[in-house]
Amino acid sequence: MELKNSNIKIKSKNLNVYYGNKQALHNINLEINNKEVTALIGPSGCGKSTFIRCINRMNDTIDICRVDGSIEIDGKEVNDKNVDVVTLREKIGMVFQKPNPFPKSIYDNIAYGPTIHGIGEKKDEMDKIVETSLKKAALWDEVKDRLNEPGTGLSGGQQQRLCIARALSVNPEVILMDEPCSALDPIATAKIEELIDDLKKSYTIVIVTHSMAQAVRVSQKTGFFHLGKIIEVDTTEKIFKNPANKMTQDYITGRFG
Amino acid sequence: MNILILTIIVLFSLSSYYFGRSEARKLITTNKIRLNALPSYYGYYLAVWCGLPALIILSLWSLFEPTIIKILILNNFSNVESKDLFYEQTLSFFNGNFTGEITNDIKIAAERYTSLNNIAYNSKIALLASVLVFSTSYAFKKVKSNNKARDDVELILKGLLFVSSLMAILTTLGIILSLLFESLKFFSTINLFDFIFGTSWSPQRAFVRDASTITPEEYLELKDAFGSVPLFAGTAFIAFIAMCVAVPIGLFSGIYLAEYASTKVRKYSKPIIEILAGIPTVVYGFFAALTVGPFFRSIGESLGLTVSSESALAAGLIMGIMIIPYISSLSDDVINSVPQSLRDGSYAVGATKSETIKKVIIPAALPGIIGSILLAVSRAIGETMIVVMAAGLAANLTINPLESTTTITTQIVMILVGDQEFDSPKTQAAFALGLTLFVATLFLNYIALRVVKKYREKYE
Repeated sequence: MELKNSNIKIKSKNLNVYYGNKQALHNINLEINNKEVTALIGPSGCGKSTFIRCINRMNDTIDICRVDGSIEIDGKEVNDKNVDVVTLREKIGMVFQKPNPFPKSIYDNIAYGPTIHGIGEKKDEMDKIVETSLKKAALWDEVKDRLNEPGTGLSGGQQQRLCIARALSVNPEVILMDEPCSALDPIATAKIEELIDDLKKSYTIVIVTHSMAQAVRVSQKTGFFHLGKIIEVDTTEKIFKNPANKMTQDYITGRFG
Repeated sequence: MNILILTIIVLFSLSSYYFGRSEARKLITTNKIRLNALPSYYGYYLAVWCGLPALIILSLWSLFEPTIIKILILNNFSNVESKDLFYEQTLSFFNGNFTGEITNDIKIAAERYTSLNNIAYNSKIALLASVLVFSTSYAFKKVKSNNKARDDVELILKGLLFVSSLMAILTTLGIILSLLFESLKFFSTINLFDFIFGTSWSPQRAFVRDASTITPEEYLELKDAFGSVPLFAGTAFIAFIAMCVAVPIGLFSGIYLAEYASTKVRKYSKPIIEILAGIPTVVYGFFAALTVGPFFRSIGESLGLTVSSESALAAGLIMGIMIIPYISSLSDDVINSVPQSLRDGSYAVGATKSETIKKVIIPAALPGIIGSILLAVSRAIGETMIVVMAAGLAANLTINPLESTTTITTQIVMILVGDQEFDSPKTQAAFALGLTLFVATLFLNYIALRVVKKYREKYE
């Protein structure tokens, strides 16, 4: 029992989320394994993004949003009042749907996080962090000669990898990806997927995606959301080959959604 | 009388809109054809053809009629001494309020004026009526022949818009040229260098005489009268004090409104702050002169300082308060337009709200913020009422905010208040000051645009 639990990184219990009077998530119970890619699929507006935004408490920034229930990371409650959001988000990086590099140089984009957390105060330390983050995000070779150019001048795919590098710069344990490829062309998408495959060796990854093919390619575990409820969670293989629920079956075969 | 004619033309044109439209509809229903344009376009077409030629003729007529009548009358009286005076006398006799000695000539001229006026009036009516009838029937024929009314209406609209923008441009050009020519006259008397680098300003000394007759010895005296350095220094100083007040308060309240205030607070407080910009500057002026100035002086006296009751500090402070909404409102808008995704990106790596504002939002919004500040600066430099009332008139070259100083705008007002001789260097100095003020704000705006553009290139 203890051994099995130790592999669980994130665990949500009876999680409910409300936007004003509207309930966006109903009793979500989900376990996310350590150093694995978990894909969340489902039609638009089903609450996938709301769910991952609960993990790093990004929903705090939305005034009308209210969360109850529990999310634990390494057995520690995230929604606890005493949890410091800054350290929590240091531990849990996030990549968004649209690449959102800061209007700063490539170097400063990466240095932003570490500076805030007081890491890499010396120039050579920071150089090292920037280099390793960009290397991990498979962007180093493309940008190493123009680190002082604006990050917004990169192509869409490069910008998204820059955002991944930015998330990696503070040494997180978990990376949340909210449809990271939806604004990218197929080649850039392939590069990101390759990168995700590589990153799962050292990070726990939760990815929200609209592409079922992508879920199959990158993930080990898949959760299917519908209308704010979680319908089915299982290994990706099982979900796509032999789903237990009729709704899941219909969704993955394209009958709705 | 002209108003009546104008009303008739407009009414005519308006009714021909409805007429044209209903004719076009009739064409569709009775002949079962598809017209080239919607019926309303035929209405517009007819209305324009009906109204525009008549309006153009009416306005040209009104423009030239008095001149032509004057020439026609004066041709008969080539022996009169002062023709302009004679004509004025005739006109006032005609209007029944002439008080001088009535000569025979004036009587004859007035009779002639009456008859010419009648002829002009009758022929004007006849011409307008025939133009109205002719152009309307021409246009009506076109409607029947199903021409491309839509294209023509579009063309007319385009012409109208073009003429409007042309007017704005020509007015600007005219103002600049008049400033330039008057200033050139001024600089033909006063050396440009003496004006720009002179440190003493007392134009009342130049009141006495015509510019063209100034001797070199007198010029030596005059050259000290038109040194504009104290004015520029005063203007810059007061604007600086104003910006010291307005930039921090405006920027911080802009940030508060955009980032921290709840929707409800924002909804009410933004319009309240904007009220500051709507207060007439003359109200600010007497507030500064009658309340703030004396207040500073009494504080200064209790501390043992000599404070002039008209001080740069009082004027600058009040001006700063007036300018706050320019900065707060604009920077609030700019900060609001920074995409939410940038905030999310920053929060997601663990930045706090203030870190996000300082390191991501302000840099991203900087071009707009700088733009708003420079706009506020040129507003401060050009502001007149507050400084006229509160800053004083003496052109002291000082950096003590408790003394009175004066500004370019104040001096222009002082020079032009009351009766003026237009050829005295004192009056022309107002144009020279106006020109320099104009050049200064133009330069400022140019810099602002350059800065904004540079940051854009960097960040987009």
